[in-house]
Amino acid sequence: MIENYRDALIDLAYLVSAVVLVFGLKRMSAPRTARSGNQIAAAALLLAVLATFLDPHLTWGAANLAVLVAGIGVGTVGSVYLARVVPMTAMPQMVALFNGMGGGTAAVVSVAEFQRFAAAGAVSSGQAVSVAFGTTIGAIALTGSLVAFAKLQELMTGRPVRFPLQLPVNVAAFVGIVGLWTWLLGVDGGVAAVWVLFALALVFGVLLVLPVGGADMPVVIAVLNSMTGLAAAATGFVLDNQILIVAGALVGASGSLLTILMSRAMNRSLANVMFGAFRSAGQIGAVAEAKPIREITPDDAAVLMAYANEVIVVPGYGLAVAQAQHQVRELAVELEKRGVEVKFAIHPVAGRMPGHMNVLLAEANVPYDQLFEMEQINEEFQRADVALVIGANDVVNPAARSDRNSPIYGMPILDVDQARNVIVLKRSMRPGFAGIENELFHMPQTRMLFGDAKESLVKLIEAVKAA
Amino acid sequence: MNQELLLGLYVLILTIFLGFEVISRVPSLLHTPLMSGTNAIHGIVLLGGILVAGTADRPLMYLLGFLGCALGAGNLFGGLVVTDRMLEMFKPRAAERPTDARPAAAGGSVQAVREAVREKESVRKR
Repeated sequence: MIENYRDALIDLAYLVSAVVLVFGLKRMSAPRTARSGNQIAAAALLLAVLATFLDPHLTWGAANLAVLVAGIGVGTVGSVYLARVVPMTAMPQMVALFNGMGGGTAAVVSVAEFQRFAAAGAVSSGQAVSVAFGTTIGAIALTGSLVAFAKLQELMTGRPVRFPLQLPVNVAAFVGIVGLWTWLLGVDGGVAAVWVLFALALVFGVLLVLPVGGADMPVVIAVLNSMTGLAAAATGFVLDNQILIVAGALVGASGSLLTILMSRAMNRSLANVMFGAFRSAGQIGAVAEAKPIREITPDDAAVLMAYANEVIVVPGYGLAVAQAQHQVRELAVELEKRGVEVKFAIHPVAGRMPGHMNVLLAEANVPYDQLFEMEQINEEFQRADVALVIGANDVVNPAARSDRNSPIYGMPILDVDQARNVIVLKRSMRPGFAGIENELFHMPQTRMLFGDAKESLVKLIEAVKAA
Repeated sequence: MNQELLLGLYVLILTIFLGFEVISRVPSLLHTPLMSGTNAIHGIVLLGGILVAGTADRPLMYLLGFLGCALGAGNLFGGLVVTDRMLEMFKPRAAERPTDARPAAAGGSVQAVREAVREKESVRKR
């Protein structure tokens, strides 16, 4: 009797949690309410976690308690510490790491629950499918995210990794996973099949992300996010737990939507992003012919901007690499003091994750009403006196509009070349990540200011103050 | 078909539709916090880890339970904290410098008027 009340209480707590979670998520749609939205979602999730401790199946043995305390303690302390100290420039890899942890949890829980099902006797087909799904997707998300993390943290090369027989190996791994599903579901492979599936899915996650280049990370991170959401939902089926299904489905939807938005912003299909490296092998690295470029000194660039009516700043991944977000804000403030109107043009795939530039500039206290999306600001470039490009390359490459043979042809870009003057802050003339020649750098209105973005910006700030 | 499984599928699919509706209103300005926030939400698989650890009866299950709890708690709490940290930084122009009445002479009249209008607008929104 008492047990029934307890079950009902837990179920109701989960229901409340699910509803509150959606309310919290709804508040994420405006910057003013977003923070409270996240806090409301946090409260909902905490309620669900606390309710779980009432579960009558928990045995509360000393060893169980020790494992619970140790596990939750280690995970919480470690990750909260990381979350507090990580610099904003490292946010993409932070998100990748947390995402991998979630995928790992889903896989581990699925594997563990299958052991229990198997020990209890017959495994239903529903349970087997749920376990297979949770284990596969969770494990792929775990190692895929770890590879993404390693690429973003520069523990390994950010370029697409290729090796001999890569395509056959990947296909073999995929076929292997399909075979294991059949073994598990059709032939009732038992515990052994789940373990092998877990191991193979871990390998497949690595294989999947290795050939994807750093510039495509916004898409990859969104895909992995979506996968972990679906893995969590599968775990919900394994445990007959509604809140997991709801939360996982919400995340799956969010990740899928972001994947679609990011692919569209690059005018590429998801398949092209994930598997494109196989086709373009050998093309990258073509040496461009020497074309004229015009350099500019910081002093001349400063004068150009200080006496302009409107300056549009176009930040790219180079800004994050140089960690120059505070300097760019300082420059904007100096220019505004002189009456120059300063706007920031944000391309949807600038940086390494969706919205990457917005977070960096927010950290530097740039008010968000100064940040403009591509569609909002593209018409304005023709009225701008100066477009200041900082570490952005492919997202301002006019070849996307004009050159049918360019790999980025058709990708919507910021119309920087329409501005009266273009100043490009760039480390060197090495082509950008995708290895594509950028015509913008050779246009008559373009001036190059070579060097580390942070150092160049400091010089510009001093020169603007003096101008 | 098993009723419980079927109901679960209903919940899953309808929630995905709901998720699309809610998330598609989020502006690209907030895409990173959105991603990081939803990332924390799937950390709720922690409760799967709790169930495994809390019912474990042999070394393998203790190990899996420990991993589930550690990874899940890391995902959930780390994700929430980092998202809060991020969202704290998003400020509109008025909130950033509430009392900074910029001298009109420094910026020229157009700029000053623009500033004044912006100030007024944000006050009205509150």
